[in-house]
Amino acid sequence: MSGQPVAQTAVRVSDVWYGVDSRWVLQGVSLEVRTGEVFAIMGPSGCGKTTLLKLVGGLLKPQRGEIWIGDTEIARLPEAKLTPVRKRVGLVFQYAALFDSLTVYDNVAFGVRRHITRREQEVAEIVREKLAMVGMAGTEHLYPSQLSGGMQKRVGLARALAMSPNIVLYDEPTAGLDPIVAETIDTLIRDTTRRLQVTALVVSHDLTSVFHIADRIAMLHEGRIITCGSPEEVRADANPVVRRFLQAGGILSNGETTMSGA
Amino acid sequence: MQTRVPLRHPLTSLAEQATQLVLFVGDIGILLAQAMGFVFRGRWEARETVVQMALIGAQAVPMVVITSGFTGAVLALYSAKLMLQFGVGSLAGGAVALAMARELGPVVTGVVVAARSASAIAAEIGSMKVTEQVDALRALAVPPVQYLVVPRLIACLTMLPALGMLAFVVGTFGGYAVAVPIGVSPTSYLLGIRELVETYDVFAGLLKTVVFGAIIALVGCRAGLRTEGGAAGVGQATTNSVVVAVLLIYVANFFLAYLLFGGR
Repeated sequence: MSGQPVAQTAVRVSDVWYGVDSRWVLQGVSLEVRTGEVFAIMGPSGCGKTTLLKLVGGLLKPQRGEIWIGDTEIARLPEAKLTPVRKRVGLVFQYAALFDSLTVYDNVAFGVRRHITRREQEVAEIVREKLAMVGMAGTEHLYPSQLSGGMQKRVGLARALAMSPNIVLYDEPTAGLDPIVAETIDTLIRDTTRRLQVTALVVSHDLTSVFHIADRIAMLHEGRIITCGSPEEVRADANPVVRRFLQAGGILSNGETTMSGA
Repeated sequence: MQTRVPLRHPLTSLAEQATQLVLFVGDIGILLAQAMGFVFRGRWEARETVVQMALIGAQAVPMVVITSGFTGAVLALYSAKLMLQFGVGSLAGGAVALAMARELGPVVTGVVVAARSASAIAAEIGSMKVTEQVDALRALAVPPVQYLVVPRLIACLTMLPALGMLAFVVGTFGGYAVAVPIGVSPTSYLLGIRELVETYDVFAGLLKTVVFGAIIALVGCRAGLRTEGGAAGVGQATTNSVVVAVLLIYVANFFLAYLLFGGR
């Protein structure tokens, strides 16, 4: 499958294969993320979710297949030519990956100063707006080590949003957080996606979070997509691996066998 | 039950080491080419460069002063006594200064900064790598070489000659502090320097420190950017960077000495 994707597709992954040390992590993965939706990829630990996210973010290169961001195919693009694509794609890392030698302000301003404006007044406006959006106003002077895990993730989201991306990629946004903070992050993902009209691609093994925020869900298992659809369609999927995973995650009760949630 | 470790053919091991060496040289060459590309295009971070100059240069001053001062003193202790016995005490100052300018000043500076900064560079970049901060740079469309390697390379290339010059001066006066009480007259010590040391010796010595600076920055950055495996990986990268940088400084020193002073 090749050729230019239709305009409504923000991200298209087509028959992507990625391997490490003579082992395939992803085996022919294909999926499409529509513009403006929250698309979640769920799956057990080690199934290749983060690898897939890094491929979409242009941080890894697949051995085979195509990855389209809008109308740009990035799988074969050299590092230097990825810059315009990266400006359009924000990435929120699992552990935030804030620069620990910089303050919250400088973390959020990092990409802005280099790609949007050098005028400090405009930088400060953008930083303040994004920090307020994620509920972190007033923390500008703090260093990442002075923040909790949930706060770091919110600053990480502000840093990604500061570049005004079209697409935001979230790597395990609720991992390691207590249920209340996790719910705050979920709400933040949905709100910012709607308010800023961006597309969100979330990878997570937290099923409560996935079914709370996603418009569509795919499940990755042993490097392959084994189901994809709306939350209702995934809940009704008869694949025993999907059902076992949803039962383990508390989305289906153990007694549910067919179409129960649909 | 005892597990048996499969025996490996010595040639396999040798081939692997040769491959590693080729990869290392290739990595260093690519890193240098990329970094110089950013430098010549004027794409370097001024603030980060100044910070690195302070960390690598200014903060190394006490160590360079102490090590080079005592190196010059020891050199004078051995040479001045012997020279006085043979009636050429007036050459003691020249001998100490010449050794400090050509050899000991650059090498002491290189080794001290390698021990201090190659490890620090590898540890800092290595911990950024394992906590995905290097990936975050790339995700923000900022090349890690531009933000991490270029400032450290510029800092090493500019600070090492400055520290080398300091080492030469302090080492020479360290020798003075020992040679004069032994019996060398202050005037003959200073005149001996004028007699034996040429401007070329000092500048060629400083040229050595520029090469050592490049070795320290590139080895440290390469070790950091190649770090894998969490805290243990950072520790390993730190140790490796110091060992490799010091070894390379000694090897490079021989070839530079041959090139710069071989015919003199």
